[in-house]
Amino acid sequence: MSEPNEQTHNGEHHIVGPAVYVTILFALLIGTGLTVWASFLELGPWNPVIALAIATTKAMLVVLFFMHVKYSTKLTKLTVFSGIFMFLVLISMTLADYISRAWGSW
Amino acid sequence: MPDSPVMAHQTEETGHNADNHLDQHPSYLRHHFNSIEQQADASNFAMWLFLLTEVMFFGGLFAAYLIYRNWYYPAFVAGSHQLNVIWGTTNTFVLILSSFTMAMGVWCAETRRKSGLVLCLILTFILGLGFLGIKTIEYSEKIEKHHVPGTHFSLQSFVDPVSDPEIFKEYHDKPLALDMARHTELYFSLYFLMTGMHALHMIIGIGILGFMIVRARAGAYTSGHVTFVENFGLYWHFVDVVWIYLFALLYLISRHQ
Amino acid sequence: MSSNTIVSLPDQSTARIPKDNFITRENGLMSWLLTGDHKRIAILYLISLSFFFFIGGALAGLIRLELLTPQSDLMATDTYNKVFTMHGVIMIFFFLVPSVPATLGNFLIPMMIGAKDLALPKINLLSWYLYMAGGILAIYTMATGGVDTGWTFTTPLSTHYVNTNVLTTGLAAFIAGFSSIFTGLNFIVTIHKMRAPGMTWFRLPLFVWAHYAASILMVLATPVVAIAIVLVALERTFGIGVFDPTKGGDPLLFQHLFWFYSHPAVYIMILPGMGVISEVISTFSRKRVFGYTAVAFSSVAIAVFGFFVWAHHMFIMGISNYAVLVFSLLTMLVAVPSAIKIFNWTFTLYKGSITFETPMLYAFGFLGLFTIGGMTGVFLGTSGTDIHLTETYFIVAHFHFVMVGGMLMAFLAGIHFWWPKMTGRMYPEKISQMAAVVTFIGFNLTFFPQFILGTLGMPRRYASYPPEFQILNVFSTAGATILGVGYLMPVLYLIWSLKYGAVAGNNPWQATGLEWQTQSPPLTENFTVMPVMDHEAYDYEWLEKQQQEEASKETEVTSAG
Repeated sequence: MSEPNEQTHNGEHHIVGPAVYVTILFALLIGTGLTVWASFLELGPWNPVIALAIATTKAMLVVLFFMHVKYSTKLTKLTVFSGIFMFLVLISMTLADYISRAWGSW
Repeated sequence: MPDSPVMAHQTEETGHNADNHLDQHPSYLRHHFNSIEQQADASNFAMWLFLLTEVMFFGGLFAAYLIYRNWYYPAFVAGSHQLNVIWGTTNTFVLILSSFTMAMGVWCAETRRKSGLVLCLILTFILGLGFLGIKTIEYSEKIEKHHVPGTHFSLQSFVDPVSDPEIFKEYHDKPLALDMARHTELYFSLYFLMTGMHALHMIIGIGILGFMIVRARAGAYTSGHVTFVENFGLYWHFVDVVWIYLFALLYLISRHQ
Repeated sequence: MSSNTIVSLPDQSTARIPKDNFITRENGLMSWLLTGDHKRIAILYLISLSFFFFIGGALAGLIRLELLTPQSDLMATDTYNKVFTMHGVIMIFFFLVPSVPATLGNFLIPMMIGAKDLALPKINLLSWYLYMAGGILAIYTMATGGVDTGWTFTTPLSTHYVNTNVLTTGLAAFIAGFSSIFTGLNFIVTIHKMRAPGMTWFRLPLFVWAHYAASILMVLATPVVAIAIVLVALERTFGIGVFDPTKGGDPLLFQHLFWFYSHPAVYIMILPGMGVISEVISTFSRKRVFGYTAVAFSSVAIAVFGFFVWAHHMFIMGISNYAVLVFSLLTMLVAVPSAIKIFNWTFTLYKGSITFETPMLYAFGFLGLFTIGGMTGVFLGTSGTDIHLTETYFIVAHFHFVMVGGMLMAFLAGIHFWWPKMTGRMYPEKISQMAAVVTFIGFNLTFFPQFILGTLGMPRRYASYPPEFQILNVFSTAGATILGVGYLMPVLYLIWSLKYGAVAGNNPWQATGLEWQTQSPPLTENFTVMPVMDHEAYDYEWLEKQQQEEASKETEVTSAG
């Protein structure tokens, strides 16, 4: 029965257990330590890249596991994706103006 | 006036009028929904959409931050050196831990462990307060050193880093030219704006946690109706995700040399 | 042709408004102010929206009065600035953005999908209270000196150079924004999760698709203007420097954040109107909407592409030439789905069985005027011509053609079309057709001269102008007077119809939507039995079969009795 008003459930019937949560907790704590350590290294332009990469990994772990998105419906995943996409559009297209101003008049 | 034939189709039960319901529907089923699943599903989806609005709300601040960091990098480096990385890291640990206790709370609610749920909520509450406590310490340090944007903003630490010995010991910053030093005010504006907005969301969350602890002790969330706890969990984790990025962007700009 | 009508009313000597309906179910002021019923909330919105529309309209009247003469003689220039600012703020935030969604969308979406209510009725009520709070705050702002920055609050004017009520107006817009967000959020959840059995996405009325697309914009774009307003407030109060060049800030940052919302906002405003037009054109051509899938997808395409074009409002403001290029190209793209809709509606009309009841008259007005407005948008999206035309009356004409000639006509079409469903009574046809024609004439006389004025160089937001522009301004003000009459007439005859209008019955237009298969006014719970959707949208053959079955059932009953 795939009628429109009966959707699969998210997180309610698939119960994520403590084992997963403890694993993610340690991953997050290690990631935090890692990113602090990396910020003390001289890596030139790679510093912000690495910091953001680690932050994004940590964020993904929180979203996928603490927020149950990994076990959620396609709709939930699409919703999360569209939010991230729109956020990136705002940032990137605005920044594109600012960065291209420095290129001068053609 | 007879109903149109499309109305005459009988399908499954439409709530508690049908006789072939095996169990009476729980009292918390709102009547415009057909089933508990539909209600829980809808409210979960609604919470996610609300979080999307929060993402876009913070998005404007992140855009502002990235633009000005790009334009005034030296000022942003100098500004971030004024933030205590130990407090910041500790706060990050505290918040991540609170996300863990919150997730465990949701598990307790789902598995009907009332005392476990209450414990997890109380721990989350305390950790949240701890975060705010550390933030208060950090903010008061900024106030003392006149690094709050406005009429009393002081450029002293940036045009003459030697005059700020504890920071100078760590980073040996070079003095900034006057116009670049002025841009540190922009850094601190964004620092207070972004962490302040984040803290406001924490305060609201802690308030709701207080309410939830009382309700949880009365057993409201451990008899099958877990939606409120789950949805609040989403909110709390979102606040954690925002901090993960704030920490990386504001505290860790460049701590070498 | 004038006697050619599809209206089918029950026998007026025996017909009565159903005793049990959503209006009579509960009594008392509190039952309205604390309601969760989406239909009652829609009525609350309708009343308050009309109120704000007439305030915004009165301000428009003041503008046109001032512009009768080249000098700034009716009011001081500062006052004029306040008048056009509040006209914009009220019309956009307190009329156009909520107009169709909060009234018709709230009323109809649950019924169109076969649900008993929206997913979140309390949030729906909260939306209305937030709207009222914002609106009252806006009126308070006007009463205590107004604001003169233009509705666009451009920095650094709004942050550093004016002493007027920027903060309170910003707060009013901020609160109204949340009203809009919650409405959109409610619609998205409802449309995804509460469709009746058989109601697949591609059986939904196009009205629902249009609102779905608009709701996505409401949820994703509105928060960005919220943060922009917060930043302006903080800049004004604490001088944080984000928009202050002396502290290294960039005033253009505000514009990026502001227009990131305000461009999608125009699509928030027009999409629901386009949804109305789909329903009206189909019903009064007795024909399925041509290219249903294309129209459905074009709604979503408008919503998505609408996010990528905001800086076309900033071509002359100092963004980089590369940004101008990219945003101009993207603007060309966003015109395409709108054009697709116009073509599809036109093809719906082709070989349709067309009648000219009032909703259809407004729909025809929409087709012509929105097309003109949309095409002039392309002139403005072309950066070369925009440099000449921007900040002139050409822009004013462009957006009034799409918003008033387009959106407001669609709103009136919808109000007339669903009036019998909402109230159980028909409006008087002849006078309403007259009002539609008066509106159309008044509109064209008001706004077409403004295209010419703009190309000739008359700037916008100026209380005085060179004397050679006077004759066109006089035409415009004359048109505005006629337009005012055209808008006043519906208020009068619609209120009249509440008591004296003909009893409408379930389906006076013989339309195909689920909302027309129940009583007028509807029951509080909309349906006594959950409907099952077993036919496509706009299936007039299905409708005919239903009507034949009902007719044969009645003859059975009469022949048996």
